[in-house]
Amino acid sequence: MADRLNALTSLGHSDPVTREIGPYRIVERFDIALASIACRRGRDKDFSKAAKGMVPLPDPAGSTQGAPYSSFWVAPDMWFVEAPFATNEDIAEELKRLFGDSASVTEQTDGWARFDLFAPDLAPLLERLCNVDFPHVEDGFASRTLVEHIGCYLIRRRQGEVTLYGPRSSAKSLLHAIETAAASVL
Amino acid sequence: MIIDHPILGPRDAQEFVYLGDASLMNRPDGLSDGIGAFHDYLYNRANPVGEHRELWYHEQGDRSWLVVTRNTLTHEITKVELARDVARASGRSR
Repeated sequence: MADRLNALTSLGHSDPVTREIGPYRIVERFDIALASIACRRGRDKDFSKAAKGMVPLPDPAGSTQGAPYSSFWVAPDMWFVEAPFATNEDIAEELKRLFGDSASVTEQTDGWARFDLFAPDLAPLLERLCNVDFPHVEDGFASRTLVEHIGCYLIRRRQGEVTLYGPRSSAKSLLHAIETAAASVL
Repeated sequence: MIIDHPILGPRDAQEFVYLGDASLMNRPDGLSDGIGAFHDYLYNRANPVGEHRELWYHEQGDRSWLVVTRNTLTHEITKVELARDVARASGRSR
């Protein structure tokens, strides 16, 4: 047994990568803990009562930022919850305690690779990557979408900032797709 | 083709996967309804010219099953419902 085990990022490095391509900045994030919550059938009241003041429950195709918990909608009665990894590493357990048996909670932290995209305007990049009508959706918009062959969650923070969650096992392919599209815009 | 998702609004049909006739939701009980009913369910499909109710799955979206009423001649979509709501309206628990 090794004396010390070091966590690796989804790309296999010890530190997250940042790429700069023209006006586009791609930032890998691994400081976020993730879990999904799904309201159990017939438990809507208990569920929203438990969430009140703690976990935001945005409307369909939306996201809400909060502290420590932010969340985005993924399906009817189901949300992904984000929190800082440093303080909420055990996010699934915390949410299980909060919701009791009114929700099904699944740990998602290491299932996903996250890339934050920055640019003055991300529309030219995203229209090459996926079929989200980026210029016309509002800030806070969140949706599952397809980037090349990879099913991802896209969250529009604002016109110049987007979060992409892709499956961790496809992290390199997803980064490659973003880099290729960014280079083709130039 | 655009499918007007009941929750998410208009979405491109390429986000969806097509399954088939919406009657697939009503699976007979293979033990009590007889082999004939189950054979029909499994193998026989109507192939209508005109309005057709069919199941679509929003795979690249919110993973919901939809019942889409589509005209097989014109591809015009006249109605889109959540399959969950259709099932519950017909008296099922889910």
